[in-house]
Amino acid sequence: MNMLARNPEWGDLIRRDRVRGDLYRNPSIFQLELERIWYRTWVYVGHESEIPRPHDFVRKSIGLQPILMTRGPDGHVHLLLNRCTHRGNQLCAKEQGNAVTFTCPFHAWNFGSDGRLVGCAFPDGYEGLDKNAHGLGRVPRVASYRGFVFGSFATEGPSLEEHLGGAAETLDRLALTSPEGEIEITAGFLKHRVKANWKFILENETDGYHPAFVHSSIFAVADSGIGSLYGAKSTALTRDYGNGHTELDLRPEFRKRDVPLSWFGTTAQRMPDYASRMNRAYGDAKARQIMIDGTPHVMIFPNLFIAEIQMFVIEPLAVEDSVQHVTALQFKGAPDLNRRMRQQTMGSVGPAGLLLADDSEMYERTQRGVHASDTDWIFLGRGEHRERHDDSGFTVGHATDEVPSRGIWRHYRALMEQS
Amino acid sequence: MMQVQSRADLICDISQFLFREARYADDHRYEDWEALWAEDGVYWIPANGDDIDPERQMSIIYDNRSRISLRVKQLLTGKRHTQEPQSRLRRIVGDIELVKADASELHVACNTIIFESALRGDIIWASRNEFVLRRHGDDFRIARKKVALVNNDKAIFTMSFLV
Repeated sequence: MNMLARNPEWGDLIRRDRVRGDLYRNPSIFQLELERIWYRTWVYVGHESEIPRPHDFVRKSIGLQPILMTRGPDGHVHLLLNRCTHRGNQLCAKEQGNAVTFTCPFHAWNFGSDGRLVGCAFPDGYEGLDKNAHGLGRVPRVASYRGFVFGSFATEGPSLEEHLGGAAETLDRLALTSPEGEIEITAGFLKHRVKANWKFILENETDGYHPAFVHSSIFAVADSGIGSLYGAKSTALTRDYGNGHTELDLRPEFRKRDVPLSWFGTTAQRMPDYASRMNRAYGDAKARQIMIDGTPHVMIFPNLFIAEIQMFVIEPLAVEDSVQHVTALQFKGAPDLNRRMRQQTMGSVGPAGLLLADDSEMYERTQRGVHASDTDWIFLGRGEHRERHDDSGFTVGHATDEVPSRGIWRHYRALMEQS
Repeated sequence: MMQVQSRADLICDISQFLFREARYADDHRYEDWEALWAEDGVYWIPANGDDIDPERQMSIIYDNRSRISLRVKQLLTGKRHTQEPQSRLRRIVGDIELVKADASELHVACNTIIFESALRGDIIWASRNEFVLRRHGDDFRIARKKVALVNNDKAIFTMSFLV
């Protein structure tokens, strides 16, 4: 890659209210994103509940790099590179499981669930092999928040708490929906591939302008109560938390309705077990407020999306190729809520989802669209005139305004300019 | 009557029914396709393996009868963008086996290959399908259809047509 490609004039590509199509289709820019975003900033990898017992493991990724998320013998969570340190072979091919050790099928090098090299075959072929120097590679910084495990390939930089900033509160809020205050990821993932750049997915997650049109077919036939949240008269907010994190805050609409569990299209009467567990856990008044407010709709930059009832993880495969991993959120101590979470999730998302198949269609069409010209801007100016600050100082706008996209691109530009 | 129907005749009738079901799906005859379902029909496309528990784990589709109806209604709006334009489809249903038959239900298995041509490009889908069919006059109704995609453990593109 030449110097020019490594240091484009980002100001020519990204303005306050518009960006160039090149950002979604240029393979050189994708390479720079791997370097400056995926292999530098905090990236969501997996949830602790996916590996509950010692020696549990699950295969994950950061950018293009294959990762093994493991729980070591002492209960510690590790993010290991899924690559034998001998000749680079993919160490583990199983999707998930429990393994005290991983044996490479190539030459039988053997690693512990904490990544240390246990031994290798025919050891007298090596003189003074330093086992400590041949443990599995690992993501240098690992941190978790409310069980959400993030990794950063940068040895130094902002802490996870600093990175999450104001958006951490949305994960606190999410946990409150469980009477035990904990989220679990236990229902397995749908993996939905799209021929589109990962940033189309990222930006769409908190775009409140599209649902009335992209999802008009399902709104026309299912009385889901979602459509009105994204209308011109909606009191819901878009919010920019900084650091690329954005939210569609639907609470103003749910508070207007003032009906517990209306956010989930049901009622406390229809979920008596859940409602009584919530009342016991939080007291009637607080439980009522939690059940009115519902769960957040928040996009944690660059790849973790909490969509009220489900969780998406965005995986970039190539400049025009991405995967959306999606599963139903599960809340500890809420079996009846969880059952409905799974049913609703299966209906709405994944390759055949009544909602997501149409979003994904838009990703792919927009991807084709941005090939049309290298001079046209993508215009993200909606609602600039009515942006304001909330009580915490975060920029907010109308539910259909492009506050989130502008916030994402401001942060993106800051990351990409750090060469 | 069933008592006098030979096994060969029965398999022929079943095959004709499966071919019709496939043709309705290929031709986007949504209402005709929906009419083939029993009142308690379940339409299931598992993910991450063929034998997961759909009550606990995510499936690509796990529709009860009312959701099958909703899926069809959505397609009929003409605003289901992922099917506007509709995928061009042709499928081959083969290796039909009658696995089990009793007075009320027939368990049938087959293999299916679908060629889909959509805006995105052309895709070949392959699956092992299992049906539970119920007799309905001279015809059948689908009580259960399971589509075990060969690649259901991988990341797959949108499949928004009737599979």
